Amino acid sequence: MTTLTDPPEESFRLSMLINDTRYRAYTFQFIALLLLIMFMSYLGWNLVQNLAERGQDISYRFLGEPAGYDINQSVIEYDSQSTHLRASIVGVLNTIIVAFLGCVTATILGVAAGVLRLSPNWLVRKLMAAYVEAFRNVPVLIWILIIFSIMTAAMPAPSAFRGETPDASMVFDAMAFTNRGVYLPAPIWGSGSLAVILVFVASVIGVFAYRRYATKLLYDTGKLLPMGWPSLAILVLPPVLAYYLMGQPISLEYPELKGFNFGGGIHIRGSLIALWFALAIYTGAFIAENVRAGIQAISRGQTEAAASLGLRPRRIMNLVILPQALRIVIPPVISQYLNLTKNSSLAIAVGYMDVTGTLGGITLNQTGRAIETVLMLMLFYLFISLAISAVMNLYNNSMKLKER
Amino acid sequence: MKQSVFFAAVTAAGLSAGAAAAGTLDDVKARGTLNCGVTTGLVGFAAPNANGEWEGFDVAVCRAVAAAVLSDPTAIEFVPTTGKTRFTALASGEIDMLARNTTWTFTRDVDLKFEFTGVNYYDGQGFMVPKALGVSSAKELDGATVCIQTGTTTELNLADYFRKNNMDYEPVPIETNAESQQQYLAGACDVYTTDRSGLAATRASFETPSDHVILPETISKEPLGPLVRHGDNEWGDLVRWTLNALIAAEELGITSANIEELAKGTNRPEVNRLLGTEGTLGEMLGLDKEWAKRAIMVGGNYGELFAKNIGESTPIGLARGLNAQWTEGGLLYAPPFR
Repeated sequence: MTTLTDPPEESFRLSMLINDTRYRAYTFQFIALLLLIMFMSYLGWNLVQNLAERGQDISYRFLGEPAGYDINQSVIEYDSQSTHLRASIVGVLNTIIVAFLGCVTATILGVAAGVLRLSPNWLVRKLMAAYVEAFRNVPVLIWILIIFSIMTAAMPAPSAFRGETPDASMVFDAMAFTNRGVYLPAPIWGSGSLAVILVFVASVIGVFAYRRYATKLLYDTGKLLPMGWPSLAILVLPPVLAYYLMGQPISLEYPELKGFNFGGGIHIRGSLIALWFALAIYTGAFIAENVRAGIQAISRGQTEAAASLGLRPRRIMNLVILPQALRIVIPPVISQYLNLTKNSSLAIAVGYMDVTGTLGGITLNQTGRAIETVLMLMLFYLFISLAISAVMNLYNNSMKLKER
Repeated sequence: MKQSVFFAAVTAAGLSAGAAAAGTLDDVKARGTLNCGVTTGLVGFAAPNANGEWEGFDVAVCRAVAAAVLSDPTAIEFVPTTGKTRFTALASGEIDMLARNTTWTFTRDVDLKFEFTGVNYYDGQGFMVPKALGVSSAKELDGATVCIQTGTTTELNLADYFRKNNMDYEPVPIETNAESQQQYLAGACDVYTTDRSGLAATRASFETPSDHVILPETISKEPLGPLVRHGDNEWGDLVRWTLNALIAAEELGITSANIEELAKGTNRPEVNRLLGTEGTLGEMLGLDKEWAKRAIMVGGNYGELFAKNIGESTPIGLARGLNAQWTEGGLLYAPPFR
């Protein structure tokens, strides 16, 4: 029997914090944390000290006071007597509108351009390369200004629509393209329009159900049902039928010249259009590169294998390549969405009243509460960015390779 | 090593920020230049000329202060500011004084902690429209699209005016004067609104100024003047009395032509006190005897500056109106120099 004793229980000594690898990492992390906290509190203390020296404080009372200024585009009730808080909310909603429109358009543009950049057609390929290089390499602010200037300079002013022989006329007598924006007919919902909408929603669901059924039939029996015209029929026929059965409850309100401007209809302002397109085209160029990279990362063997099974090129792209490429494409596209949302703060260049324009612009200016408003802005952009990331990560997880 | 340099820089920044809070006069003297905030360009008030030198009515106030303090009207660092950045620039100490057609309001004076040192131009907000529109009164502007420079008192006045008269309008907020001009000329807005002096200056730069009219209504009081930070009373006094010296000089008949003659001594005590041949007014300000003489010599008295930069013989063509001396029915009234 061997008599081995355990090594003596070592008691903790202070020098072990430096010499022992088990503790050393913690020691340094602790010191780093301490330094960071000291640095932050120094900055905070410095701020408070300097503010106090000037007789100023940090206060959010101004949020409850009347804003006193008007905002042209507002989806909620707002007038100049509303509070600064409400003005900020109007701005937040305007930011979300342009960010959402921009993200959707950028995705469509980007995916199309990315796929076409790999087209076998020389002209298409080079055109898309030119698009990507031109838009990616010029700052987005310049694009916003270019599109806005082109709109104001090239489109007619509302006064050009006036008179016996006007210089400009409305498209189909329904849409007016002016340098103040686009005026479109607005729907008026009469009684019974709810039924029409419900039927429409039902037909959309019906289209999906039909396509699902057709796919299942194809997999089960190999029978191929036509997809195109039945989907269209299911989508269009029932709502049209319901529309006439209910006695045409939905009518259109057309824009018309009233005083200085067009009245009635929907007014999409030039500033929104310029910002939306500039952001979408600019970010679309980046997304195109992400998509191209994703597709090229899929080994050529996949394409060849699919082709040897007799799939046509479009099917190969839709059924084999894109689903695999998506896994690579989604993460960088998330950061493009975040970029687009943050770039929307350039809105003031064209007078679009986003949150940087209302809270961080006029409110800041009228109240002089720079630190407070900038802090709120930072929190808002942080929150919205994290929200976009969270949603997109959910989508990413559902698309990820399932490992079982 | 790198870190210690960084911390040293941070500490230095903190210290200098603390020091800037007091003794602006000493800072300016030590630096040898005056940091003066002006507009990004408004013809007649502050704009660089063909040689790149800033000139204009607001610039003249900066030059007078620089001449009084530093004996050199060109020892100025002009900092162009927008309606949005001007107050931050002043509060943070980036500029020593702001001479940028800024309206003296209660909030700015009391809540933003600034010190208005007088009024160099009594203005009011007005509207400009193209003649072709056929509008003769602001009351007819219901439903119009209005271009406004954002970050100014004008957008609040505008909201009040249209609310009071129960009219609708579509505001188009724009960051700078040049951009608003472009929008207005392209017809993207029917009306351009800002201070009447600004409208006149803007109209003067148009190709055909006669195609545009300034409507008769004045919808607000806009006393424009230079301002400094709250809490440095010596510096505030200096800027205030430099402006007053220019105004008093006109009242007393001191011009750039006769100032050398008058500075030798006259039998009028107030002229003597102002020009430093009698009394110790300059020393009380922390300057020498001839401070006011230098300030006036740069471009002449208030009346001369007005005539040269924005008066009726210039393209801007503003009449003296409210900005005449009190002896001639205007509002200019410099307190006595004694």
